[in-house]
Amino acid sequence: MSIENLKTYDPFAEADEDTGESKQAQNYIHIRIQQRNGRKTLTTVQGLPKKFDQKKILKVIKKKFACNGTIVNDTEMGEVIQLQGDQRKDVQEFLVDKKEGLELDPKTIKVHGF
Amino acid sequence: MEGTDKADTQEQRPPIPDRKQRKSVVFNSEALVVEPDGKIVTMASEETKDTALSHTPRTPPLSAALGAFTDAREAAVEDAAPPAEDGGLDLLKKKKKKPKKAEDAEGEEASGAADGAADAGGLDLTLKKKKKKKAPKADEGDEFAAKIAALDLDKEGAEGATDAKGDEQSGDMEKGTGIWSHDETKPISYNLLLSRFFSLLAQKNPDHASSGTRSYKIPPPQCLREGNKKTIFANIQEITKRMKRSEEHVTAYLFAELGTNGSVDGSRRLVIKGRFQQKQIENVLRKYIIEYVTCKTCRSPDTELNKGENRLYFITCNSCGSRRSVTAIKTGFSAQVGKRKKMQG
Repeated sequence: MSIENLKTYDPFAEADEDTGESKQAQNYIHIRIQQRNGRKTLTTVQGLPKKFDQKKILKVIKKKFACNGTIVNDTEMGEVIQLQGDQRKDVQEFLVDKKEGLELDPKTIKVHGF
Repeated sequence: MEGTDKADTQEQRPPIPDRKQRKSVVFNSEALVVEPDGKIVTMASEETKDTALSHTPRTPPLSAALGAFTDAREAAVEDAAPPAEDGGLDLLKKKKKKPKKAEDAEGEEASGAADGAADAGGLDLTLKKKKKKKAPKADEGDEFAAKIAALDLDKEGAEGATDAKGDEQSGDMEKGTGIWSHDETKPISYNLLLSRFFSLLAQKNPDHASSGTRSYKIPPPQCLREGNKKTIFANIQEITKRMKRSEEHVTAYLFAELGTNGSVDGSRRLVIKGRFQQKQIENVLRKYIIEYVTCKTCRSPDTELNKGENRLYFITCNSCGSRRSVTAIKTGFSAQVGKRKKMQG
């Protein structure tokens, strides 16, 4: 029980990251939003599991959500998918979706922003 | 179940927005009908009209098409004169439907997923919004809505019947009259029982409502706009004091979540880059409170945040004494937005 607790909170996450990029079990997928000029926004999806081909995902997402997007190679965060517009909810659902999505655990996804 | 037998009587029934199950059912039957022709064909359904509307808003072909297949119905519409609300409702329904079809076009196996209705709903969102703008603008759209409303009239009648059944179960709970009377044999509907439960609960335990996380109140964030691109969060001090957190911590969280940055001005107000509404700030604050203020064990907001050993932050609860670590605020990836100009110049 106590061990389980430790795992969910992962108290050493920060410490690990400070010492070096050690991959902990809990790699969250972060979905963020950024404001651009006017009422335009940008959605970034960071930390998708390596087993997925980001390019393919992007291709599907672009078509599905009718938005453009790119893959940005960040030095720290690795590959990040960038999408035009506020696609947070869509992306979240896509990642979780069992039928046509990636079947990811909703717990590993963190949606940020307002 | 209701959806299916209704679909039998009238195939173009739009789904009731608030009931997911029915929506999915209707969606299926309709998708099958409309999908093969792709656009507008003989189907006397609003779905087809919908397509027409979406492709060519306020155009003659549309009305022509309408007239072609809904002569009798139009006549019915004129004397029916549906209220404006109905129109709004129907617009909603229409919107609901449209994206589904788009989805169908994309992948047919997707359309079969009745249980994926929730997901579909999510997908709908973007499309829905687009639609919303188009429809109310055009007068034709309203006419549409009227017509569709007329088409739905009989359906609504059926609805009304069920409503009436619900209305029978009236009576004063306190006084024990009507359905609540002691020797009443009619089964009481679930909703009534549920409301009874809650009203009794509130009566017997008045302090229940006052305690607990729900009642944790912070003053609403005051958001002012500075110029065009900045938002001033005026009462951050008050709020942070209330939460017993340092301003810096809250600020860092806000900036990380909103994916922006900002500064503190002369009178200690927070200036955030970007336009944000009070509601949005509220949402972020709510998340902050859940993550960094409330005690996960007893849900009390009476906690303290302090730096423990090895660079970790710990929350100590003052009411139950539990202690838990919280993740440090991390600003994730942030894309370059409009920096190009600066870099060049």
